Amino acid sequence: MSALAAELWVPFTYGYMLKAMWVSALVGGVCAFLSAYLMLKGWSLMGDALGHSIVPGVAAAYLIGAPFAVGAFFAGILASLAMNFVKQKSRLREDAVIGLVFTALFALGVLMASIWPTSVNIQTIVLGNILAIADEDVVQVAIIAAVSLAIMAFLWKDLMVTFFDESHARSIGLDTTFLRIVFFTVLSACTVAALQTVGACLVIAMVVTPGATAYLLTDRFGWLVVISIALGTVTSFVGAYISYFLDGATGGVIVSLQTLLFLAAFWLAPRHGVLAARRRRRLTLGGAAP
Amino acid sequence: MNVAAEPRLAPDALGASILLRDLSVTYPNGVTAVRDASFALDPGTICALVGVNGSGKSTIFKAIMGFVKPSAGEVRLCGLPVDAALKKNIVAYVPQSEDIDWNFPVLVEQVVMMGRYGHMNFLRMPSRADRYKVDQALERVGMNDWRKRQIGELSGGQKKRVFLARSLAQEGRIILLDEPFTGIDVKTEAAIIGLLRELRAAGHLMLVSTHNLGSVPDFCDHVVLLNRTVLAAGPTAEVFTRANLERAFGGVLRDFRLGGRHLHDDDDARSLTVLTDDERPLVFYGGKTQPREDEP
Repeated sequence: MSALAAELWVPFTYGYMLKAMWVSALVGGVCAFLSAYLMLKGWSLMGDALGHSIVPGVAAAYLIGAPFAVGAFFAGILASLAMNFVKQKSRLREDAVIGLVFTALFALGVLMASIWPTSVNIQTIVLGNILAIADEDVVQVAIIAAVSLAIMAFLWKDLMVTFFDESHARSIGLDTTFLRIVFFTVLSACTVAALQTVGACLVIAMVVTPGATAYLLTDRFGWLVVISIALGTVTSFVGAYISYFLDGATGGVIVSLQTLLFLAAFWLAPRHGVLAARRRRRLTLGGAAP
Repeated sequence: MNVAAEPRLAPDALGASILLRDLSVTYPNGVTAVRDASFALDPGTICALVGVNGSGKSTIFKAIMGFVKPSAGEVRLCGLPVDAALKKNIVAYVPQSEDIDWNFPVLVEQVVMMGRYGHMNFLRMPSRADRYKVDQALERVGMNDWRKRQIGELSGGQKKRVFLARSLAQEGRIILLDEPFTGIDVKTEAAIIGLLRELRAAGHLMLVSTHNLGSVPDFCDHVVLLNRTVLAAGPTAEVFTRANLERAFGGVLRDFRLGGRHLHDDDDARSLTVLTDDERPLVFYGGKTQPREDEP
């Protein structure tokens, strides 16, 4: 084996790197699955809001020694209740309400972490630290991702109909309220999982970018899901791998990769890309000329 | 209302019925959108749901679809409570164009296939029969050549036809149509009306919410006039009168009346009345509506 190949193989020889790569891939894949729906419904910022809102929950969980997923889950519920409450009792628009609630909770989280500095390293929550993930956290993340994937695999068509045309979904006997609750529960759980890999700030990229990229590449929802999952999984795996050579910042590398692929699709997509649109326009103009 | 006398019902469509009994719906914000609404519709009927905006048309649709729970009274579809009826695919819904995201990455044939989901297993895997019914439905609305198009590429009339095809594929005995004639050309309107007549002949029950007053006497055999309750319900000839419409619309509509010597110079004393909400106008000559010449 040449020296270069040996060098490139090094990450696979470390247990912590292997763990980081496959956990990232799993989380990236399931978040990408959800991104296909979020992006279409204009709910992209919901992922961001959730990611920030659960920080105090995670901090509190570390403080009392509970699993971080439990803390995050309660913080997520608190966030959605608070948003609903403020929206119903005021005339504020939804974006303002989301902004208010998630920054308030995020600030609370930062505050908690600075008051009890030993309880949790806030940087871990904000930026994620997949390279140093503890084994019990790996188990949590793996269970969340596997269960979420299974639920989505069974319900993806029902959720598609519900989000596309809720009246029709009801007319074929689907319980649309239940399906929405399931979707947002899965989303909250996956946001918690993604927090470990890329951190609160970059969670939004995981639940937006793959779907947005895939949207430019296909007109079929089924393919959109497949492309999105492939993008999410591969970028997360490769991103974790590359981060070995860049000394950390896994989240940054993963999201940068996803953004590069988005830009490529944005320019080069066969039908919905910028260049394709230009080509079409030129053809139309050429065809119209005498 | 009476059960239609003629034996014109296809066996699979027997028993399509909508019954509203003293239905009241109050929203969480305290607004009562509909109070004590009652009407009954039988198989082989096209019924128009007519009223100003805010008169409760969409609330009644929502109650039939189970989106809102009655605060009093009940809705029965084919004799069943709403949820049970929906589970049996009894109701098909043709949405308003503005309720659909036309950029959704879905092809024409996939939209029509959604009509079959309720007949499939929980993984929604289409069988050969499902594919056949989708083909049939697309053929029937003349959209077969467009089946591989993304839905946003279609014209307004084509979009409507796709969603009609979905309701055909669903084989619902009751079909709800929400403003089916908004934003489409007259030719497509005629085609849709023709299709609704065929479905009526096959025993389906259609409830059509519409602002398009002019075409109501052309194809609706029943009318329900709403203004937060049922003002009048029954056969079009009895219900769709000037007096009733004035009660339902009370000054909201444009109302032109020409009569006496202004209209024509003879002894015909009838006046000509044009009622319109800026879609197709409704024309009364004397007290009666004038069906168009081309109708059977």
